[in-house]
Amino acid sequence: MIHSLFLINTAGDLFLEKHWKSVISRSVCDYFFEAREKAVEPDNVPPVIPTPHHYLITIYREKIFFVSVIQTEVPPLFVIEFLHRVAETFQDYFGECSETTIKDNVVIVYELLEEMLDNGFPLATESNILKELIRPPTILRSMVNTITGSSNVGETLPTGQLSSIPWRRAGVKYTNNEAYFDVVEEIDAILDKSGTTVFAEIQGVIDACVKLSGMPDLTLSFMNPRLLDDVSFHPCVRYKRWESERVISFIPPDGNFQLMSYHISAQNLVAIPIYVKQNISFFETGSSGRLDITVGPKQTMGKTVECLVVTIHMPKVVLSANLNATQGTYNYDPVTKILLWDIGKLNPQKLPNLKGSLSLQSGAPKPEENPSLNIDLKIQQLAISGLKVNRLDMYGEKYKPFKGVKYVTKAGKFQVRT
Amino acid sequence: MSASSAFIDEKGGSASEPEYGHDPASGGIFSSDYKRHDDLKEMLDSNKDSLKLEAMKRIVAMIARGKNASDLFPAVVKNVACKNIEVKKLVYVYLVRYAEEQQDLALLSISTFQRGLKDPNQLIRASALRVLSSIRVTIIVPIMMLAIKEAASDMSPYVRKTAAHAIPKLHSLDPDQKDQLIEVIEKLLADKTTLVAGSVVMAFEEVCPDRIDLIHKNYRKLCNLLIDVEEWGQVVIINMLTRYARTQFLNPNINESLLEENSEKAFYASDDEEEEDKKDEVAPLAKRKPYVMDPDHRLLLRNTKPLLQSRNAAVVMAVAQLYFHLAPKAEVGIIAKALVRLMRSHSEVQYVVLQNVATMSIKRRGMFEPYLKSFYIRSTDPTQIKILKLEVLTNLANETNISTILREFQTYIKSMDKDFVAASIQAIGRCATNIGEVRDTCLNGLVQLLSNRDELVVAESVVVIKKLLQMQPEQHSDIIKHMAKLIDNIQVPMARASILWLIGEYCEHVPKIAPDVLRNMAKTFTNEEDIVKLQIINLAAKLYLTNSKQTKLLTQYVLNLAKYDQNYDIRDRARFIRQLIVPTDKSGALSKYAKKLFLALKPAPVLESTFKDRDHFQLGSLSHLLNAKAGGYQELPDWPESAPDPSVRNVEIPDWSKCTSRKDRKEKKAEKPFYSDSDGESGPTESADSESDSGSGSESASASDESGSGSESGEETESEEEEEDEEEEKKKKRKKHLDKTKAKKPVEESTESEQSSGSEERKRGRKAVKNQKSASESESESESSESGDESEDESEEESESDTDIRKKKTPVSKQPPKQSKKESKKETQEMSLLDLDDFEPAPASAPVTPVNFMSSSLVSDLEGLSLTDTILAPTTITPSGSIKMYELLHRITGEGLAVEYCFSRQPFSPDPNMVAVQIQFTNNTNSETKNLHIEEPRLQCGMRIREFAEIDVLSAGESVTVVMGIDFCDSTQAANFQLCTHTRKFFASIQPPVGELMTPVFLTENDFKKEQGKLMGMNEISEKLTLGEKCVNEHVIVERVTATANLSRVPCGSDKECRFAGKTVSSGCLVLVTVSTKEGGRAQLTVNCEKMLIGTMLVKDIMQALSQ
Repeated sequence: MIHSLFLINTAGDLFLEKHWKSVISRSVCDYFFEAREKAVEPDNVPPVIPTPHHYLITIYREKIFFVSVIQTEVPPLFVIEFLHRVAETFQDYFGECSETTIKDNVVIVYELLEEMLDNGFPLATESNILKELIRPPTILRSMVNTITGSSNVGETLPTGQLSSIPWRRAGVKYTNNEAYFDVVEEIDAILDKSGTTVFAEIQGVIDACVKLSGMPDLTLSFMNPRLLDDVSFHPCVRYKRWESERVISFIPPDGNFQLMSYHISAQNLVAIPIYVKQNISFFETGSSGRLDITVGPKQTMGKTVECLVVTIHMPKVVLSANLNATQGTYNYDPVTKILLWDIGKLNPQKLPNLKGSLSLQSGAPKPEENPSLNIDLKIQQLAISGLKVNRLDMYGEKYKPFKGVKYVTKAGKFQVRT
Repeated sequence: MSASSAFIDEKGGSASEPEYGHDPASGGIFSSDYKRHDDLKEMLDSNKDSLKLEAMKRIVAMIARGKNASDLFPAVVKNVACKNIEVKKLVYVYLVRYAEEQQDLALLSISTFQRGLKDPNQLIRASALRVLSSIRVTIIVPIMMLAIKEAASDMSPYVRKTAAHAIPKLHSLDPDQKDQLIEVIEKLLADKTTLVAGSVVMAFEEVCPDRIDLIHKNYRKLCNLLIDVEEWGQVVIINMLTRYARTQFLNPNINESLLEENSEKAFYASDDEEEEDKKDEVAPLAKRKPYVMDPDHRLLLRNTKPLLQSRNAAVVMAVAQLYFHLAPKAEVGIIAKALVRLMRSHSEVQYVVLQNVATMSIKRRGMFEPYLKSFYIRSTDPTQIKILKLEVLTNLANETNISTILREFQTYIKSMDKDFVAASIQAIGRCATNIGEVRDTCLNGLVQLLSNRDELVVAESVVVIKKLLQMQPEQHSDIIKHMAKLIDNIQVPMARASILWLIGEYCEHVPKIAPDVLRNMAKTFTNEEDIVKLQIINLAAKLYLTNSKQTKLLTQYVLNLAKYDQNYDIRDRARFIRQLIVPTDKSGALSKYAKKLFLALKPAPVLESTFKDRDHFQLGSLSHLLNAKAGGYQELPDWPESAPDPSVRNVEIPDWSKCTSRKDRKEKKAEKPFYSDSDGESGPTESADSESDSGSGSESASASDESGSGSESGEETESEEEEEDEEEEKKKKRKKHLDKTKAKKPVEESTESEQSSGSEERKRGRKAVKNQKSASESESESESSESGDESEDESEEESESDTDIRKKKTPVSKQPPKQSKKESKKETQEMSLLDLDDFEPAPASAPVTPVNFMSSSLVSDLEGLSLTDTILAPTTITPSGSIKMYELLHRITGEGLAVEYCFSRQPFSPDPNMVAVQIQFTNNTNSETKNLHIEEPRLQCGMRIREFAEIDVLSAGESVTVVMGIDFCDSTQAANFQLCTHTRKFFASIQPPVGELMTPVFLTENDFKKEQGKLMGMNEISEKLTLGEKCVNEHVIVERVTATANLSRVPCGSDKECRFAGKTVSSGCLVLVTVSTKEGGRAQLTVNCEKMLIGTMLVKDIMQALSQ
């Protein structure tokens, strides 16, 4: 299936290659470079590039292109999903998935890639299994290894590989048993000029950090499970239980993982936490424009809106911005044409306002369209959908774990058209 | 490239191993590479593992950077046998990379791998095979072949999985081995572990995707295992099964295509269940020839459905395409939600999903209509995503939503992304052609765009307007005039060409303007682009034909210019047109028809989606995405005209007997009540009927008491099978019976729920309490029907040896476990022949069996997937005769009549609240004993007894076994009664050990915990104990516990714990036993039971058993 993998950074340097079958010359990447050039933005590189003898399937993540080489028919999503899994594994192992960390840990990266695919077909992708096969690097371990000469490679077959719960390793022990769940909701919305909602929906995930000894069997139940319209689960979740009882029953993997993601049905009215009053205009003459933006709270359920950031992709003709922010700081990057206004906490008494003039390239016609505003925000201790975890029960182990649930609401793809 | 690699070198040097300082291999000093390699060679030759490791790490870093390290081959290959596992692994990495280039040297390593293949550690066996098969050296093909064959029957499923992976490797190395490899594939396809399934199907797809016949026998198994296969395997299996189903089943939409469009649309709005109902209602009305879905087809759809909730986008896509290609129209709708969910994922995933949604939305528009807004475009989306979303929006447009969509499109037109704007304009054009109502609105909107400042927008609008105008030019001459004026301003060639064509085509509508335009164009002719030039010639020709008075000279002029153009196309065109329109003496017959040729009525263009008809490619495939056949793409076959024989999927080998029967039953249930009018009843159904009839017949032939236990034994036999899912299979069956009893329910639904619940349960080890209850209820409620079905399984199994015997000898069949060899079966068979008149074979052997089953099923639990046949053989675990015989009447006191009893551990079928006691009478006298029966039972309050049927005659030297039932009321009080013969009465008393007062219950781990949670506090008794010397491993513990008490093992994730579950026979209280072992032979025993007395006694007994 997957023949080879090339890692390429944004500068176009090929810094790692791995072949699972016969070696394929790296010149095959020329087709990729060609497409990359055409696309201008790295986001716009087509994920699938056909070449005379191969197909290149590419993902772009963390400023790295993962270019895989395919020779025969294979579901493209299969490859894409796998490549993302590779990137996630790197992130899991090294804290971040960047060119530097990959280069720093090239041997572990290679060992991982070797385990993850056999002859191009995925072999072990479950993080718990991989961690038993190849231990993640820590400072302590690398010191010990240098002194004792012991290795990072496990000698026995990971128990998960054979058990019916491959995601969990056996013999987990903690002195402090704890299970934390973060309910993170993102509001995807498009507001039009007048502030009416064109489209809004809530997407949520429950991230878990479970550090429990032994083989705990957890059950998570909600106060209002009916809210959840569409769900997808980590393989550990028993789907049947969900179907029949609307509880999430699972034996968790060890460590951090995403338990589920969900979608709040579009029928439910989505509470939009803020409103934006904006007025951006470009004048026909004088090559200048005006900008006036005010942000205010709308439906915040009594919580404070934090980390409020407004990002505007300005038209190319905007040279500079001379603005005045009543709160927070603004920054206009004339190269990328991005105006970034970092407001911070939203104070309902004194609404933040950004006002001033824009100077345009002289002689150029005024831009056709006003740029749209992308909003970023965060509300702690609130799930905007109203979803509430009812309780978490543990079976199968005797000890009493420490349990915690946290709610956060964020703006997802939150866009205001102007 | 050289620049970039230099860059890497720089970075790599400092990056790779900082603690070792300067990395010589990557130091960027090319000149000293050889010397540096000497250094590495030295390190590899040293005795210290740490040095070797260090060297190997550097070498691997070189490989990763794509640098050539092949000259180190001899030094590296020496270390293939290194003890240090990390060094070894890195050597493997090196070897796989360079073996192809250095074939001779690579051979040096082969013997190490061959040794590795025999290693007791499965990880080493597997990795040896992995590397051996990855070395692409043709000479070792025979060795590889042998290794694969051997590994395919390895006891470790992990090794078998590796073998499956090795198959495509060998195939690509030497395609001549195909036939042999197919044999191995066939063998591995029959493997029952989830670990192997995905890999072997992958091998199948690469080596012999056309051998669909290999799948038949494994089809149902694959369907049932699917949910537990790892995600990557699921994708491959689902894609393969889609193809399979297309060849084997009938088109479920065959009748619906006869229906009107409108009525079809109505389905989409409703949700799943309703849909199903509706479909079921409508279907019979609509069809002329009734379509009956093959139960196997249904099985596939049902078992894949839960996977729509997978976190893996590839799995969701695979299921979506399966539903799109295979499901009845009414059911396809469920995939929309999942696909829309995927659009939240990474942009690459979005890209692929949108491509597929675009194709689907053409065929099944209604499906995505509710999600219209999810396809709205954000300014931050990458262009390719925007264009695909636009495509979907356009496909979804209809009369009702067009106004919303057009409003959206209006905002898109203002976007800064010009490619996207152009696509939006085209989309508007397509909406306008498809939906007549909005054509004028769209046209007006587009005309407004003509005054847009951006030329690209204008040009695109012109092109689209041109297409729209072609539909009804008469009404829009003012637009044509407007466009004629635009020609002075628009520079985009395509737009100019379009305008010229329009004017030429409809010059009659703009008789005054047209010649003027031509005049202007003639002026600039030489500077125009080629397409514009061609259109100028066209315009000239058309005007010449309609209005030659005004344009004759102009036309001549233009043609002359064209005659000397640089482009040969234009020169050709000019020549051709001149001949055609300008009458000369030589001009042929055609010139008469010139007007007809040029000004013929042209059909309006159809603006079609580029995704139309893309669905002849399997959705989700690379070929579909590229809209071109990729190498190795397997064509999705068309539905067959008539269904191929469905019986090919029946599995008749004994191991799978229950599989067949399940299917039969399903057919019986699913089809009969529902489609009873249909004449499409298939063969298997009938055979199932007859089979089960004969089964129950045999039961009734035997003594009534026995039928229950007999049937149960059939069940037990199953539980022995290696697969864990047997248990669940049983539950399923029971449930089915339950369903049968309340047959009025819509069958489709009920089977669906139980099927999927069953497969869930299997491995995840869970089950809703409700289900469990229904299972146990049904056990009692439908005992009789159950027995019929069980015996059917068993009869199939036995038919191999001797069908006649089966009638009397049902209990015997439980004895030979499936895995044991045929001989053992024969042995018992012979035994049963001897005892033909008896109920049971000699008790010495017969009562053993329940324990056997128990323990062997336990073994399978213990060993999990790594089980092999040899281990399974029950004899290795259970010493025979572990069921204890108790004396009821000694030979001497009984005056020659000896009576013994044992607790057979079979459910007592006439009354499920009773404990079955098997009593054996032996007449040691020389005369007959007559009229053996029970009298005057003296029982504690509440206790009941059900006597065995009177034995008329027991001749001298003979013995006979009967079963009686006693309800002990969950106490260990003795049941007293008198045993009477025709001459005498003996006082007898049966006192049960506490362990016999219970009957096994099959719980999943989860339920176990749940139940345990309910039975805390007073109901929990916990004791520490020290295990006896012989209790060295789980097997022994399990065996001891089950020997002491009639409990069943509960699957458990931990190997330190054994769990057992049962319920008291009389009151049905759960009894849960947990033995958790600790270091040093110590263990903790916990019993949870509502009946504290029973709990306490049980703890005592088990403690004693374990500490012996």
